Amino acid sequence: MTTVSTPAPTRPWQASNKEKFRDFLLFLVSIAASYGVVAITPMKGKLAYFILFFAFYMALTAGLQYFKRGSAAAKDAFVNSLVAIGAVVTVIPIASIIATVIIKGSKGLHRGLLTTDMSLAAPTDPITNGGLLHAITGTLTLVVLALIMSIPIGILTALYLTEIQGSLTRPIQFLVQAMSGVPSIVAGLFILSAVLYPITKAYSGLMGSLALTILMIPTVARTSQEVLKLIPNDLREAGVALGGTQWRTVAMIVVPAARSGLVTAVILGIARIAGETAPILLLTGGGDKVNPNAFNGPIGSLPYYVWKSFAAGSPEAITRAWAGLLVLMVLVLILFTLARLLGTRKVAR
Amino acid sequence: MNDSHESGNEKMETTTTPSSLADVANAKVQKAPGTRAMGTGLETRGVHAWFGSNHVLSDVNLDFAAGTVTALIGPSGCGKSTFIRTINRMHEFIPGAAMAGEVLLDGKDVYAPGTDVTKIRLQIGMVFQKPNPFPSMTIGENVLSGLKLSQQKVSNKEELLEECLVRAGLWNEVKDRLGAHGGSLSGGQQQRLCIARALAVRPQVLLMDEPCSALDPGSTLRIEETIRELSDTMTIIIVTHNMQQAARVSDYTAFFLSDGGPGQMIEASPTSEIFSRPRDKRTENYVTGRFG
Repeated sequence: MTTVSTPAPTRPWQASNKEKFRDFLLFLVSIAASYGVVAITPMKGKLAYFILFFAFYMALTAGLQYFKRGSAAAKDAFVNSLVAIGAVVTVIPIASIIATVIIKGSKGLHRGLLTTDMSLAAPTDPITNGGLLHAITGTLTLVVLALIMSIPIGILTALYLTEIQGSLTRPIQFLVQAMSGVPSIVAGLFILSAVLYPITKAYSGLMGSLALTILMIPTVARTSQEVLKLIPNDLREAGVALGGTQWRTVAMIVVPAARSGLVTAVILGIARIAGETAPILLLTGGGDKVNPNAFNGPIGSLPYYVWKSFAAGSPEAITRAWAGLLVLMVLVLILFTLARLLGTRKVAR
Repeated sequence: MNDSHESGNEKMETTTTPSSLADVANAKVQKAPGTRAMGTGLETRGVHAWFGSNHVLSDVNLDFAAGTVTALIGPSGCGKSTFIRTINRMHEFIPGAAMAGEVLLDGKDVYAPGTDVTKIRLQIGMVFQKPNPFPSMTIGENVLSGLKLSQQKVSNKEELLEECLVRAGLWNEVKDRLGAHGGSLSGGQQQRLCIARALAVRPQVLLMDEPCSALDPGSTLRIEETIRELSDTMTIIIVTHNMQQAARVSDYTAFFLSDGGPGQMIEASPTSEIFSRPRDKRTENYVTGRFG
C-alpha cells in the first residue's frame, strides 16, 4: 500500500529570509545615512531626519532593483516606496494628535470628572474641583437632536436624487454640493439671525442643533446618495417586477441593501458636527450647569468647554481643556462604534 | 471501411437539413394552443418600442397560447429583451423609453388607462438574465418577498415556501438552510431561487430573459426541467441565445432580427417547424449558423 504524501504548503512568492534581511539592511543604512548627513551638514531638525531617511530609502531600493532587474523594476520600487511614504506621512499627524490628547488629557482625569459639572467650580480651580457632566450631556443632546433632524432629511434627499430623479434633481444636487462647503460660522449666524433673534430670543440646545443640522444634512445626503448609487439596478427591477410599488421596493430592498453604507453616512455626519465649535459659541450660550432642557436656556458642550478653558489660561484650566478633548474623542469613538453595531446587526432569524 | 463510414455520416446529416436542432425539437411532445385550463394567454398587437428617438422594435404581433412555452431567438440587439419588457411594463422603467401597440393579457390591454401596473406585474412574472436575489434577505424571505412587496397576506407561508422551492427544483438543496443568505448559494441555485421568488406570487405568465446565460450546463439543464414542469400551469416566454435550449424547452419559437433598423419579428412557428422547415431564408440562415 502506497500512500500519497502531501507536500508541505509553501509560499514561493514571498520574500526569502535573505531578501528580508537585505531590505532590513537598506532600512538601517538609510537611517544611518540620514543621521550622518544631519550630523555633518547644516541641515538640522526632526523634519530633516524624516526627509533624508525617505530620500535615502527610495534611492537605495530603486538603485538596488535597477542593478538586479533593470529600470522598470526600479521605477516600480520607487513608486512603491513613494506610496508607502504617503501612507506613513498621513498617519504621523493623526497618531501624533491622538497621542498628545491622550498624554495631556489623562492628567486632567479624576474621579468626579464624569459625574459633576462646573456650576460650583471655576476653570482656574484645582483639577479635582468640578467635572464635565454638563458638557457631555450637552454635546450628546446637541448631537442627538441634530441626528433626529438631519438623518431623515438627508436620507430622503438622497432617495429623491437617486430613486425618484424628478425634475428638481439637478438644482437639489447643486445645492447639496454647495451646502457642504458652507463654513460653520455661516450656519451659526444664519440661525442666530433667522431664528434666535426674531423668534426664541434665548440661547438653547435646539438653536445649536439647528445649525449643526444645516452642516450635517449635506454630508449625510451626499454620502447616502453615493451609497444608493452603488445598489445595482437589477435589484430595483426585480422588486418592481414582483409587483412592488416604488416605495415598497425602496423601503424593502434598496435601503436594507444599502444599510451599512447609510450607517457610514450617519457616522460621517456625526464626525462633521461633534467637534463643531463656532455655531455652538453663537447659539448655545455655554453654561456650567447640567441643563436637561434642550429647548430652553444655555447648554454646555465639550467644544465650548474646551474653548472656555483654554481662554481662561491658567495651568489647571489648560489641563481641563485637554481632558475635555480626550473625553470628546472617546465620546465620538463610542458613537461611531454604536452606529456600526446597529448597522451591521445580522438579519433576524 | 473508414470511407464508407464517413459517407454514411454525411448521408445522415443531409437527411436532417437544415439543422439537427430539428431532431431535438421533433422529439418534444407538441402542445396545441389553448388546450390548458391554467395560465392565461397573451397577445401582442403592433408593439413598437423606442429608447429616446431610437426605434428599436417594430410592429410585433405575436400570440402566446395559455400553457405553452415560446422561445424568442435572434442575434443580440434585435429587440427580444425589449419586447418581453414591454409585456410586463418593465420597459417604462428605463428613462426615455416609449412604446406603441397593445399587449392583451386575457383580452385586456395592460397599457389601458387606469390599469394598476403592480397588478400586471403580479400576473406577469419575470426572471432576469443575472441572478439577483435580494442581498438583505434570507433564502426563505427571498422566496416570499413578492408577497411582502405587493402586500398580500397568505395563511400558509411555510407551505407556499416549500411549494415554490420544489417547483423551482431547489427545495432539496436548501431545505435545511432557509435562514441562510441568498448570496451564499451558487449562481445556478440563485437563479432557481429567483424563479421560486417569481412563482410565489402565482403569475399566469412567466417571462424569462436569458435565464441560463450566466450558468453552467448542469444548472442550465436543471432550469430547463423546471421550465418544462412549470409549463403545465403557466404561459412561459423565454429569451435565449442558445438554440439547442429553444429546441429542447419550447413549443413555439419566434425569430427576431434587426437589419440595421428597428428589430422585427421575422417568423413564428411551432418549434419543430422553425428548425426543420423555416419559411424565411433569414431564419434558415440563423438557425443553421450561416448567419451573416
